[in-house]
Amino acid sequence: MAGNNSRILLGHGSGGSLTHELIDNLFVKHFNNPELDKQTDAALLKIPHKQLAFTTDAFVVDPIFFPGGDIGKLAICGTVNDIAVSGAKPLYLSAAFIIEEGFPMEDLERIVISMAEEAKKAGVSIVTGDTKVVNKDKCDKVFITTTGIGALEEKYVNISEGNEIRPGDKILINGSIGDHGMAIMSARNELKLSAPLLSDCASLNGLIANITKASDKVHFMRDATRGGLATVISELSTNRSYGINIDEEQLLIDEAVRGMCELLGFDPMYVANEGKVVVVVAGEDAEIVLKAMQKHEFGEDSRIIGEFVGDHPGKAWLNTIIGGNRIIDMLAGEQLPRIC
Amino acid sequence: MIKYIDEYRDKNLVLRIANEIRRISSRPFRFMEVCGGHTMAIQKFGIPSLLPENIQLLSGPGCPVCVTGRKFIDTAIAFARREDVIITTYGDLIRVPGSTSTLDAERGKGHDIRMVYSILDALEIANDNPDKKVIFLGIGFETTTPSSAAGVVNAINMGLDNFYLYSSHKVMPPAMTALINEGVKIDGYIAPGHVSTITGTSIYDDIPLKYNLGCVVSGFEPVDLMQTILMLTRQMENDDAKVEIQYKRAVVPEGNVKARKLVDEVFEACDDWWRGLGLLKDSGLQLRSAYSHLDAEKAIPVEVEKTREDTGCICGEILKGLKSPGDCKLFGKACTPNDPVGACMVSNEGACHAWFRYRGSA
Repeated sequence: MAGNNSRILLGHGSGGSLTHELIDNLFVKHFNNPELDKQTDAALLKIPHKQLAFTTDAFVVDPIFFPGGDIGKLAICGTVNDIAVSGAKPLYLSAAFIIEEGFPMEDLERIVISMAEEAKKAGVSIVTGDTKVVNKDKCDKVFITTTGIGALEEKYVNISEGNEIRPGDKILINGSIGDHGMAIMSARNELKLSAPLLSDCASLNGLIANITKASDKVHFMRDATRGGLATVISELSTNRSYGINIDEEQLLIDEAVRGMCELLGFDPMYVANEGKVVVVVAGEDAEIVLKAMQKHEFGEDSRIIGEFVGDHPGKAWLNTIIGGNRIIDMLAGEQLPRIC
Repeated sequence: MIKYIDEYRDKNLVLRIANEIRRISSRPFRFMEVCGGHTMAIQKFGIPSLLPENIQLLSGPGCPVCVTGRKFIDTAIAFARREDVIITTYGDLIRVPGSTSTLDAERGKGHDIRMVYSILDALEIANDNPDKKVIFLGIGFETTTPSSAAGVVNAINMGLDNFYLYSSHKVMPPAMTALINEGVKIDGYIAPGHVSTITGTSIYDDIPLKYNLGCVVSGFEPVDLMQTILMLTRQMENDDAKVEIQYKRAVVPEGNVKARKLVDEVFEACDDWWRGLGLLKDSGLQLRSAYSHLDAEKAIPVEVEKTREDTGCICGEILKGLKSPGDCKLFGKACTPNDPVGACMVSNEGACHAWFRYRGSA
């Protein structure tokens, strides 16, 4: 525990002795790596390749602890995944905390330990950070921003933009959709449901390393977070001279997620994930990549869900489970629960 | 619940029904759904792409948010601006444009507006905030009215003196006949499934009798909807307009007698204003005099701004099935789900929203 205080005080963000106590007894203790230990103003880093992947993300989830994860785990996975889907190897993260005065120290430690564990699993170091404390009611418990750096091998530079996508390429995903969004909704306890829903929150760099090792013809990857699978697919089709066909029958949706979506009138294709990656790979390598994905713990339920086609350029079509078809468009606004 | 869904999404069965519709239909037919749940399911599953070209589906005034007038939103906003009021509402209403603001925008200004999933949540909020007046925005058709009625009765039983209902509850049959009287050309109604679980089917008797139109109460799954379309087509081909129930696993002819009794106890019919259709006789529900002390409009005085109707939006004609969302010059341009002009673009179940999401923005 960081000092004798059971709650975060404004002084913990003042830069004085309380701040140092917090850094030493909490962040440095748990994040524990040589770069951070030096406590220099800026961390000095060694990078194996010439190209870098660089990303940042702010996390403001409510509730901060939810089935399958917490805001800390999410803050690591989110940034690790953004780097990994670019084809880069995530190496270093920064973490900045905005904490509400009075926040329980015990909860902060739980979050920090969770971050440390997830960083260790993902093989990244949290090498620098910052803490600010704001007056009570000026923020909702704790906000975390993580920034990450990854090293990018030359041969993967086209993955993030998908420049090499062509008709015949297959589209894969590593499992069920909509788990995170529905887990958060049920955890908010607004629904008084007791469905056993777990967030899929996970660092995917291990799985992605399997994918890029299996094939040199990976043409695109993106993690399907806010806006869900439909948003990624819609973005992928926009401004391209090819179209996309997605096969609804191939989409895996957990029974409980499906039930909640039916109840609320939500479309699971638009519900957030935190551990799902959409992969586009040349048709001839699709089976090899699929097998490589299925061997990983976060890819056991991987499947081919669609392909790029020469028809309907710029549009993504869904072949529905009943054999009909319709367009997949981006979600505008938020999904609101329906009345009846 | 989910255990019973897959058989209603059977691809082969759907295709067999589609072939049968194609085989027996000899001329063009236009069928209208008057339930937002049907609108959404039809677009989501891509049902129009499976029907022969001579069968056209139209979306009627089946989305409760879409038919709610701007004055209702303006009044809700006026309530929300009072310091002593907490507004509780279903999510759909939050972003519906009023004359000059939305509940969402008012919430942003710090007024206390809370999304709830049930009127019972609103009662809890009233219980927890005895120094505030808690108003529940009651909208919806026969399906949601019983829960509002139950909420009102519960509020009294709980001894709450700070809970109020602002009702814009509506009943469906007057709208269905008003559309026909307005000259909307249809051959039959895909009648609302959930509404009918409460009302039973006698409310539709006039449709075949007076107007010689088909009427089939439908479920919400693809097989349900395809079967309903087949049944309507068969009625028309055989010149045998009648009320039938496709959704037999949920709807019985007499409906839910207990729920109706509760609604009758609490509410009475009144004339009500429908977006696109105007004032319809006995189409709304207001609290009976025994409950009028819970009626927000009567109990909490507010000054409501003058209602300003939007220009260029053809929601009215879309709700009447005279035009489709693609005919509107605002659709996908000035009016999107992010920045909706008309209510039909806001609700998940609005025709414009369903079109935008599942048929693309252009």
